[in-house]
Order: sequence, then C-alpha cells, then structure tokens
Amino acid sequence: MDIRLENISHSYDDFEVMRDITLDIPDGRIVCIVGPSGCGKSTLLRFIGGLERPSQGRVVQVGNPPEGCLNPLTYIFQDFALLPWRSVEGNISLVLEDHGIKGARARAIIDDVLARTKLSDFAKALPKQLSGGMKQRVAIARALAVKPAVMLMDEPLSALDSQTRELLMDDLVSLWTRQPFTAVYVTHNLAEAVRLGHRIVVLSRRPGQIREIVELDTPLGEREYGDPELERQQKHLWQLMRDEARAADAELINV
Amino acid sequence: MSDATLDTIPATKAKPEDGTARPVSFRGGGFAPKPRRWVGLVVFLVLIAIAEWGTRAGWISALTLPKPSDVLQTFQELYASGLLFKHLGPSLSRLAVGAALGVSLGVSVGILIGLFSYIRAGMVPLVAALFPIPKIALLPLFVIWFGIGEGSKYALIAFGTFTPTVVATYGAVDNVDRTLIRMGQSFGLSWFSIVRKIVLPGAMPGILSGLRISLAIAIILLVAAEMLGAEYGIGAYILQAGSLYDLERLFAGVVILSVLGVLVSGAIAIIERRLLGWRT
Repeated sequence: MDIRLENISHSYDDFEVMRDITLDIPDGRIVCIVGPSGCGKSTLLRFIGGLERPSQGRVVQVGNPPEGCLNPLTYIFQDFALLPWRSVEGNISLVLEDHGIKGARARAIIDDVLARTKLSDFAKALPKQLSGGMKQRVAIARALAVKPAVMLMDEPLSALDSQTRELLMDDLVSLWTRQPFTAVYVTHNLAEAVRLGHRIVVLSRRPGQIREIVELDTPLGEREYGDPELERQQKHLWQLMRDEARAADAELINV
Repeated sequence: MSDATLDTIPATKAKPEDGTARPVSFRGGGFAPKPRRWVGLVVFLVLIAIAEWGTRAGWISALTLPKPSDVLQTFQELYASGLLFKHLGPSLSRLAVGAALGVSLGVSVGILIGLFSYIRAGMVPLVAALFPIPKIALLPLFVIWFGIGEGSKYALIAFGTFTPTVVATYGAVDNVDRTLIRMGQSFGLSWFSIVRKIVLPGAMPGILSGLRISLAIAIILLVAAEMLGAEYGIGAYILQAGSLYDLERLFAGVVILSVLGVLVSGAIAIIERRLLGWRT
C-alpha cells in the first residue's frame, strides 16, 4: 500500500504552517522527513495517520493494506505512549482486544512481537520498571502486533540517549531487513535520517515546504556508524538546513 | 514542612588559604517525605496522656474536658450493654448507602463533565452553585421530600458526597495524559474502550484522592442526618449526650467517629496501593 500526499497546506487561523506539500510514500521503503523545529513535521505525520485534518489538500491510500492488517496506519510516538497501569503484554493486548483477538490468538501474536523486539523476558514488567529504550521497543512491538501497512514514527528516538539510539537504530534496521515495512520517519536528527531513510525529505522552516528530496541507494543493512558516504550526505543535508534552522530558532513562537 | 536539613548553614566564612583541601559541605537532601511508622500513634498517645495528666492534676477542670479514662469507661459500658452495635449498625448502613449513592453518581457525572463539552458547560456552574450550600440546612427539605425515615438520611449524605466527588473526578479526567488518548485513537480503539481502558484508569488517582475528602464529609454529615428522627446511631448518641452536657458520652461518640475516619482513610490507602501500584 502506498500513501500519497496531494497539495497539502495548513494554517491555524491566518497563521500559515505548511504550504503545498506533495509527496509519495512508496511501499516497503522508509521515508524520513527532516526540517527545523516548527516546520510542521509532526503535524504532517498526524495528517497522514488521520489524527488531524489539513486545511487544504488530501492524503490518499493507493492500493489495499495487506491481508491480516488490523490497523493500516500505526504510530510510534516520541514519548512511547504506554499505559503505565498495564504490563508490557497488557499494553500490546490493548490494541488487539478491540479487534476481538483474545486468549490463545492474542498470546501467539504477543509472544511473536516480543520475540522480534527481544522483550520476551519482560512480558510481565510494568513500564515504570523499563528503561527508555525498552519502553520504545515495547511501543514498536505494540505497533508490529497490529501488522501495520505503514508505520508513522514521530521522532521515535529523540527521547533516548545517544547510545540507546544507536542500539535501537540497529534493531530497526534488522527488523526492516528481515521483513521490509513502509514507514514515515519524522526526525530532527540527521544521523538517524541518513541511517534509516531510503528517501529523505527536507522541509523548509515555517511555512513548511519541500526543499529537497534526497534518495539514498545504499541498502540499510550496509549503512554503518561513521560511514563516510553517509557522513557526506549528512553534511549535505545540514548545509541545506543550517540557515533555516538558525532563522527558525530566532523566531517567536506564537502558536 | 520540609525535611530539609538545617545544620548546614556555613559558619564564619573564613577565607581559605590557597591549596588547602576542604570537603564540600552537604546542602542537598530533604523535600522527600518518607514513611515513618508509629509516629502518628505516638502523637495520639501523647495528647491523650497530657489530657489525662491535666484532668487528674486539676489544671484542666472537669468542666472543660472529661478525663480520658472516664471516656474509656463510658465506652466500655456502652460496649458491655450492647448499645454500641445498636448505634453503630444503623450509622454504618446510612454511611454506606449514602456514600455509595453520592460517590457513584458523582464519579459518573464527573466523567461526563470531563468528556462532553455541553455537559461541562451546563453542569460546572450548577455544581459550583450546589457545592457551598450547607447540606445540613437542607435537612428539613429532605425530610419533606424523602420522609423522616432512612430516605432523608441517605439523601443528605449522598448529596454531601456528590459535589466534592464530581469536582475531583472531572479534574482527574482533565488531567489524563492526552497523548495516551491520541494513542488509543491511532490504534482504532472504540470510544467506549478509550474511556474504559485509558480515561478511567488514568483518572483513578484523582478520583481516589477526592474519595478521601468525600468520605470524611460523609462522616460529618452522618451526625447531621441523625439530628432528626433517629433513635439509634452514633450521631443520635452524640447529640443526645450533647444536649445533656454529658461530656464523657459525647467524647465516647466523637472517638467512634474519629476511629471511623481513620479506618476509612486506611481502607482508601489500601485500595490506592492495590490499584495505583503502577505509579512511580
């Protein structure tokens, strides 16, 4: 299933935040959206998943979600959004219960996704007992449980320290190589973008517009920490963003 | 009051010589209450001991305060005569029925206020208007509406616990983490599932702390409810003793109410520990 964004513009009252964004998200690829703070990256992601409506333009799904998909557009949030009163398995079963999946069938799915995110030993733990990285892995497991067609990742690693971030990036890469998934990955971290993105969309500062789309051809599995080619790409992206970021930083926030 | 350490105020600030090694003075700690068992009990015992000592020694006259030992004896008589449970039974059932009615209604209305803008706009001013009414003043009205029997007593207690529960509940619902609700929506959970599995448990800490206040108010109103048309009941017993200026019996009754308050608060603490173990 592909996602297509057609001429999306958005404003709050007469305050323009986004202008004419048209973008294709092809099946089986990771599209990273980068841009200075306040350029509307996260808002764009909320449009894609239907949590918010753009003032103009539309988001369309092309084709049907794969067989067995419970929730085609599934988010992974920056702050994990785990229910603190439910254990790891309880948090995953939460998203299955509404689809009538209980008992042995739920058990099988939960065991599978916990194994894939290396959390099998922590099924009974409460979120307060887990480190940030583990919490985000639980959130990833929860997303995998509904077999999404597209994963919408909103700065999923930004709340983590840099070592954990590296580890989780490796995990995401290995998840993708084993079973390619489609994802829109919003981040302000260029290292994450060049590591995980097949296509990197650079947004300008407010009102957010597409400045450039960079395609990276190196297979995900071969991208490594400190790869010179990636460094070069990252530098190029930073060149694009630098002035925008500086100008965005100097703006008053009035939203 | 904080647990801050007070002994760290630096003494005379002598100019240190260059190169001398001094330990960095400690200035952290405090502001973190820790459980201290038995301290509460000790406070009670000390106060009672002072009262006993004063009344025996005579620097507290018998008219000002009854002797704690006499109160204890009255209590024993009350227990031995079997009257204690005759009074306690009706009181506890009034408390249970009234508070259950008021709290369940209050939680439901509070959740509705928290979830629906129109209900909020309509109900919040109404609740604000009802809250400051001294419920005791409405007792005659309740007697007319619900009769002199148990009905008016249930109604008074229910009404008194309703308003604080509503306020606590909708405040708690407002404080539920919105990102969790968005998460529920993004996974396609039904409205009812979101309310039951996300809003309600998320609001539980606030609802329970509101319950503490509501139930204390219920005990206060119990005495008021038993002012009219009650033969038995702790409140009736206290009011009877009060009108006769029988201080020993008055205090025995008051002690029962206090113990009731402590027990209710302890019960809520147990519920909190069981339901809110997930809190950090």
